[in-house]
Amino acid sequence: MFKDITLGQYYPTGSVIHQLDPRTKINFTLVYIVLLFVVNNPVGYLIAIGILALVIALSKIPFVYIARGLKPLIFIIVLTFILNMFMTPGQVLWQWKALHITREGLKLSIFMALRLTLLVAGTSIMTLATSPMDLTDGMEAGMSVIPGLKRVAHDLAMMMSIALRFIPTLMEETDKIMKAQKARGADFETGNIIDRAKALIPILVPLFVSAFRRADELATAMEARCYRGGSGRTRMYVLAYAKRDAIAYIVLAAMTAAMIGSRFIQYPWPFPFG
Amino acid sequence: MSLKIEHLDHVYAQNSPFEFKALDDVNVELENGHFIALIGHTGSGKSTLIQHLNGLIEPTSGTVYLNGVDIFNQSKEDLVKTRFSVGLVFQYPEHQLFEETVAKDVAFGPKNLKLSEEEIQERVKWAIEMVGLDYEKMKDVSPFELSGGQMRRVAIAGVLAMKPEVLILDEPTAGLDPHGRDTILGQIEKLHKATGNTVILVSHSMEDVGRYADRILVMYKGKAVYYDTPTVVFRHVDELEKMGLAVPEVKYLMRALKKRYPEIDDDIFTVEAAKAEIERVFGGERDV
Repeated sequence: MFKDITLGQYYPTGSVIHQLDPRTKINFTLVYIVLLFVVNNPVGYLIAIGILALVIALSKIPFVYIARGLKPLIFIIVLTFILNMFMTPGQVLWQWKALHITREGLKLSIFMALRLTLLVAGTSIMTLATSPMDLTDGMEAGMSVIPGLKRVAHDLAMMMSIALRFIPTLMEETDKIMKAQKARGADFETGNIIDRAKALIPILVPLFVSAFRRADELATAMEARCYRGGSGRTRMYVLAYAKRDAIAYIVLAAMTAAMIGSRFIQYPWPFPFG
Repeated sequence: MSLKIEHLDHVYAQNSPFEFKALDDVNVELENGHFIALIGHTGSGKSTLIQHLNGLIEPTSGTVYLNGVDIFNQSKEDLVKTRFSVGLVFQYPEHQLFEETVAKDVAFGPKNLKLSEEEIQERVKWAIEMVGLDYEKMKDVSPFELSGGQMRRVAIAGVLAMKPEVLILDEPTAGLDPHGRDTILGQIEKLHKATGNTVILVSHSMEDVGRYADRILVMYKGKAVYYDTPTVVFRHVDELEKMGLAVPEVKYLMRALKKRYPEIDDDIFTVEAAKAEIERVFGGERDV
């Protein structure tokens, strides 16, 4: 059931992408996401695809693993594709009764589908190649530079890292409880929507009980080790930029320039749909 | 009538960096009516194996036959019936309680069996009493108000109420005090003697294994290494130790005694049998 969710999962390979400073990876991903919405032409998308392919190749994470993360989103991607294709007004290419496909619609739907795919693939490659610990360290560093967030940056990061840490634990717990109830003949797969909702009670009640118990135990364990929030805490591992981070930022700058630039260049050749 | 396990393989997270072979060509036939102890070091595949026995997880290859029927090659409805025939009590079963009252929680299994209301009530009462609790006192109590040991027993009653032919318990005494442990194991033994059903008990306590089981199945690195009577299995002291296991303390004592007194029989692993044997060899009751 949960096998398909790759978002928030870490896939260790020790590659150069994994070794990058988490701040670099977060900045890179944020800029990449923004650029995906700036780009409006095939050249820009080709650059975006190329950069993503390069990162995937460098990360040594099998492509199927990233593709698996896209699987749950296929429905949304197909839906946006179809809606954009049929609902956009413009120069009609094909018509059948009330349905029509326009030049603009075709372009928009292809771009939107690409945008969504790259968005999900780009963010999942970051989480796959960054350990949860690194990720929260990076987020804490990132939030600290925002005025107003500085004071709570540590607490937010700690909450986030605990939440991330407990995703697999709670999934495992859910799986265990489901199995235990299945062993008592519970049926989660058949019946109408009300039956199925009712069938969730034997899972949700024990899951909540266990989540509260775990939270309580964790709080006690943290207090027992004198945890008292962020002020004055020093770190065991201090984030430090290396040469590879400088290279990554150069690539980032070049990519940004190229992708924004692709909007303004007059192309000497015509696109199939411009 | 048996549970027959044939060439059972199970690989977790296949084709990922976390790939792990939990079961490796397990072949064993568990005849009905035995009290079987399943022992093995942590990670030896015990929990994975028992989840195959009632079809909760599917094997990577190989299969399990329950009374001659391939449980992984049948309709969904029949698979659910298999789960009623092979009752599985997970580790820390108290974590699966969810109903408002003890009686309602125990009734969950029988209700899924679609039994009549009277039959359900009867079974609930029987199961709660079977685990040594007072039905009248317990039935309207919220399971979340009970002590840990009582919650554990209510959860076990929830599986007993389905009256399974084969009862599997995954470390039912983990985290209980000695009294709670003896109560639960004693009730299980009583049930086994009364109904003659198969019991499979996963345990780390060799003392409990020696005391209750009449068959032992030893798992090591995903393989079923031994399946025999405790007498025979406990003869492999050195091999068991290499697998990170042990034999009951009494067995060590009898082995040490045999080195000094060769006439002593060292196929003994319970205190009572040891006492009888020592009295036989050293001539009866003496004040020590």
